[in-house]
Parts: sequence; structure tokens; C-alpha cells
Amino acid sequence: MANLLTARRARIGWDWTDWAAHIYLVLGTLIMFGPVLWLVLSSVKSESGLQAFPPTILPYEQASVEVPQRGGALKLFTVTAGAHAGETLAEVRRMGLQSQLVDPAAPDKLIRVKLEERTPVMRLHAAWENFTELFSRFAFGRIVWNSLFITVVATLITLLMNSMAAFALSKYKFAGRDPVFLLMLATLMIPPTIVLVPNYLIASQLGLTDTPWGVIWPAVATPTGVFLLRQYMLTLPDELIEAARMDNASEWRIYWRIVLPLSAPALAVLAIFSVMWRWNEFLWPMVVLTRSESFTLPLALNSFQGELTTQWHYLLAMTVLTLLPVTAIFMVLQKHIAQGIASAGVK
Amino acid sequence: MGALSVRDVCKQFGTSKVIHNVSFEVPDGSFTVFVGPSGCGKSTLLRMICGLESVTSGEVVIDGAEVNDVAAARRGLAMVFQSYALYPHMTVYQNMAFGLENIATPKAEIARRVAEAARMLRLEPYLSRKPTALSGGQRQRVAIGRAIVREPKIFLFDEPLSNLDAELRVDMRAELAALHRRLQSTMVYVTHDQVEAMTLADQIVVLRAGRVEQVGRPLDLYNAPANRFVAGFIGSPRMNFLDGEFAEARDGCAVVSLPGFGLVATDRRADGLAPGARLTLGIRPEHAAIDPVGVVKGGITLVEQLGGLSTVRIDAFDLTVQIAGQTSLRLGETAHIGLPRENLHVFDAAGLALARKDAA
Repeated sequence: MANLLTARRARIGWDWTDWAAHIYLVLGTLIMFGPVLWLVLSSVKSESGLQAFPPTILPYEQASVEVPQRGGALKLFTVTAGAHAGETLAEVRRMGLQSQLVDPAAPDKLIRVKLEERTPVMRLHAAWENFTELFSRFAFGRIVWNSLFITVVATLITLLMNSMAAFALSKYKFAGRDPVFLLMLATLMIPPTIVLVPNYLIASQLGLTDTPWGVIWPAVATPTGVFLLRQYMLTLPDELIEAARMDNASEWRIYWRIVLPLSAPALAVLAIFSVMWRWNEFLWPMVVLTRSESFTLPLALNSFQGELTTQWHYLLAMTVLTLLPVTAIFMVLQKHIAQGIASAGVK
Repeated sequence: MGALSVRDVCKQFGTSKVIHNVSFEVPDGSFTVFVGPSGCGKSTLLRMICGLESVTSGEVVIDGAEVNDVAAARRGLAMVFQSYALYPHMTVYQNMAFGLENIATPKAEIARRVAEAARMLRLEPYLSRKPTALSGGQRQRVAIGRAIVREPKIFLFDEPLSNLDAELRVDMRAELAALHRRLQSTMVYVTHDQVEAMTLADQIVVLRAGRVEQVGRPLDLYNAPANRFVAGFIGSPRMNFLDGEFAEARDGCAVVSLPGFGLVATDRRADGLAPGARLTLGIRPEHAAIDPVGVVKGGITLVEQLGGLSTVRIDAFDLTVQIAGQTSLRLGETAHIGLPRENLHVFDAAGLALARKDAA
């Protein structure tokens, strides 16, 4: 880390290119990472904290104190002028331009202070209830389960289907192999929006709407995945497969015991892609899933954005939760992802 | 149990024919080597025998049964590949056990056979290693072990030593020969290295451009090559060829006239040769001799002293002579080379060897 921060072109002195590079990189980091950081910090702000102006970077909340004689929690203010200047008092109520305050230590005596002569006492406070309430007030667990189920099952099926197709296309010689492969690749050129309606008609004919399978099945055969795996499998030596054939292995065993384990690096890349695609997928689930209990996370996020009001604190908390798994996967496996992008030319 | 015969076999890839009507027999328990220059079809032939390539026409017969349409796995053969083709994600043990697991062999039996093969090939300390953690020679032994555990009728080797360095190759060659003696199984071995062929084989099949040039025991090929190609291919350094023409028949034997040097008498039959017909004399470097009255004379262009052996080359016919011991000949001197009659081979214009007079 220290090496990275003080990296220079030459050993001695700072060239202007060093400055330029560092400034560029710091700016880049801020632009890329700033919004994410702000999102995370904002997700633990209280509802009022979010609406405060000017906005704060850290999650602040007005401090309050428990005054049983006055009926519970009262907000704390510091008096800035007048006879009580400098004292920290709890507000009982506002009346017109005046505020009625009490000393929490002596709650019986009301003190009147002009509104502009008091400032709220702020303290750092993370509103974790944004997160916990997601689970208690909404069927958030259900939504997470939907997303998890769709992501995991679709990824497993994707890996299986695509690797079988890739095995056939890379290791068998049959008439029409190359046209079939080209045809598959050609489907990459059709924008998904064009096949949206036909796909929906098929899904509804098959009774797949409003089920997780309606999201899973149409997406499992990806030309990108077949392409990526096929290119990798082409590099496996044919002699290995011939050796296995001499070893009495059935074609399924060759696939399962030899080809699949040896394709693990490519499978890992495709698994990462598939998880990211399925986890973040929005348009197709929105079309297929209509009942809120079958929603996935992106759909639930969307539903928080009402026409009149938006519950920003829940929306932000949920966004953070949605980002976490993909971010974690990316951090752990970024080397494989970079390699996969390089080898397949996809993103 | 492992006799193989190949009858009139052809192989065609698209429009190009790579194997032309090949026939030969491999007796049970023999070590047969296919040898030939690269691209002669020897590997293709091996792959047709083991079932990885289909046979275009003709038949492959194992133990009396035609196996053209039998799948590779069911022919009862085991193959050792040039690249070893070890499964990189499995340990040595798993590599050897894989073939047995596929035919649902009981666990105890697998363990017994693998242990036995590992002992035979000195692989016991490496059973839990992956192939990448082994040296070239060890990988080679694992590949052989994988073949042994299956107890095949016939072992097939596809240039198994070509990826090893020269020293290891000599060791492995000896190990293979020992293995063959111990197992007594039929082995078919492909190589382009005629030294491997000569040292290992009971029987050599010399191939060129998809055709069998000659089949025979190693010394038969050396002593009586059927044609000019075999004569040049078997033996190292290679045989010298001296182009001349038929001069006359003496006692039924051909006398060859070498232009510029005179007549050379041979012990080869001159039946049906027209005067002036083109003939080629063949003499191995180890058979030619420095001889003050030798018929071929030339300036020395190369002298190599190896201590126990010396090689001398002269400018006439680019003739190479190998002399036992050391020589006092020097570059630029003139040497006379004698061509001993009993060691001369004679080939006609088509490259076929003329038969010896005393041969029936």
C-alpha cells in the first residue's frame, strides 16, 4: 500500500508526470468510489437525517433524552443566546416563534427560548433499524430468498447446459457443427428487448409466469457462456479424451470426470458472470413476476420508489444489501474475472 | 493371448489416402515396432489398431476376431500416448485406477493391481502426487502403469520416449525391454528412431508414405534390406549408395561399373538385367574399408576421431567409411576404399534389392 501511494517514475524526485498520475488516480477513485461510499453512509442515516439540508456526509441524528415526567423522549437543543445561553435543554413543544424547553435534570420548570436562539444537538448515530425493519416490516427475507434461489439455481443450470453444449461443440466432429456454433453466436446480435415479447408469450403459455422458473429457464442457455467454455475446452488436449475413451470411460464420464474438472477456471468465470447477471437482472423478472411475494431484489427496490413518496432510507439500505454479495464475489474472484474478460472478450 | 493381424488396411482422410493396403502379422507375445520417417502413417496405423481412427477398408483382427467396428475400449488394448495424456487433476493413483473404476472393478482389486504396477514401475512414493509434480520419466512410467493395470491383450506405444532427454531415453528403453520380458505380452511400438526399433523389437515394420516397405527381424532388415529405402533407413550412420550401371554377368553374378572407377564384382544375381541398366551399389560405412588397392579413390573431406571409432569421408560418392580404432589419415589426403564383395548390396532402378546368388 505504501509502495503504491509513493510509486514514482524514477527513484529520485517527483516528476510532473508523477503528480499528474497521482491526481488522475485519486480523482478517479473519488469519482468511482465516492457515490458508493455515500450510498453506504446514507443507508444508515435516519429518515430526517436524509432530508437534512445541507446534507451531511456522516450519519447524524438529533440527540434526545428520556424525560418520564414530560412523557418520554425529548429532543435536545443548545441555547445560543439569552439568559440560558450555553445550556443544553430538552424541547417539550414549539409554540409559534418560541420553544418551550426544560432542563432534563429539573423537568418541572419550563423555559421559553426564541426559535432562532437554539440549535439542535447532533450526534453520530447509525440507523441500523433501516436494515432490521426491512425484515420486520416487509417480506424482505422472502425477496432475498427469491433472488438467491433464482441466482443459484440458474447459475448451476447455466453451467451444466453451457458446458455440455461447449463439450459437444469443441470435442466432437459432426456435420453442421460450425454452422450450429455460428448460429448460436449470431443470437448475440439480437437485442434482448426484441425477444422480450415472444419470450413472454412462451413463458405464459408454459405457465411459468410468477414463478422463479419463469426467470430461470429463458436465461440458462447463454451464447456467451457456450462460447467462453468452448474456447477453453478447445485447449484441452484431445489425447486426454482419447486416453479416457481407451480407459473404458463412457462419454458422460469423460465429460463429468475429465472435461468438467479441467474446465474449472472457465467454469468459475462463467459462474461469476452468471451470478452477476441473474442477481442484477431487472427487465425480464419485471415482465414475468407480477406478485410482490415473487419479486427479486431489483424489483423490490423498484417498488420502493412510489409515485408520490419514496422511502429513501429503506431504499438505500436495500440497495446496500443488494450490492453486498456481488461486491464480495467480485473482490474475492477479481483475478478470474479479469482473465475471463480477456479470454472471452465479454463483459 | 494377443495376436494381431492387419489385413489389407487402407485409411483415407477426405480425398487423401494415407495408408495403402497395409498387411502384417504380430505374433502373440512379440514386440513389434513400426518405424518410418515422420508423416509415414505409423501413428495413424496404431490409432486404427486401437480404434481411435476408423478403418476405411481392410480388417484389423485381434485374436482371430475382426474388430473394425468394436469400440476402442472394448478391444482389450491399452495405449501409451506420446504426450502421456495423464489426467492432470487426478493423483497418480487415480490416474491408474480410472480405467478400472470405469468397468466397475471392486475397490480391493483396483488397489491390488495399482499397488503391483506401482511396485513394478517404482512409483510407490508418488501415488498421491499429481502428474505435474513428477519428472518426465516418472510421468512416462505412470502412463505405462495406467496401461499395465488394465491387463490388456496388447500394449500400444505411440512414440513414448520422444519427449524424454537422451539419457533418460536410454534408461527407459531398457526398462521397456525388461517390462516386455516380465509381462510376456504383445507390444506394438511406434517410433521414428531406428535405434529404438533395432534395440527393442522382435519384429520391425518399416513404413514409408503409408506403405509397408519391409517386415522382419531387426538383423534381417540390417543384413538383407528389401529395398533402397529400408537399406538407408536402418543402420547408423546410413548406408552409402554408389550409382553405376550393369556391366556384365560373371558366374550369374552382376558386375557393376562405377563411372570413373572401374568394375566392382558382387554376389548378386544378374537375372534379366539388360546391359547398361542402372544399378546402385550399397555399402554400410562399417563394412567399407581403407584399402590401398580399393576401387574407389577420393580426397578426404572429413575425419572424425571418436577414439574407439573413426569416420572418414571422401569426395567420391560422398562415401563414408567407419574404421575401428584410430586412423592416421588426414584431411586433404587421398584414400582408396575397398568394397568387400560379401557386404555389397545392389539395387535396381526401381530401388529393389537384387537377391544373393546363394539364396534360394
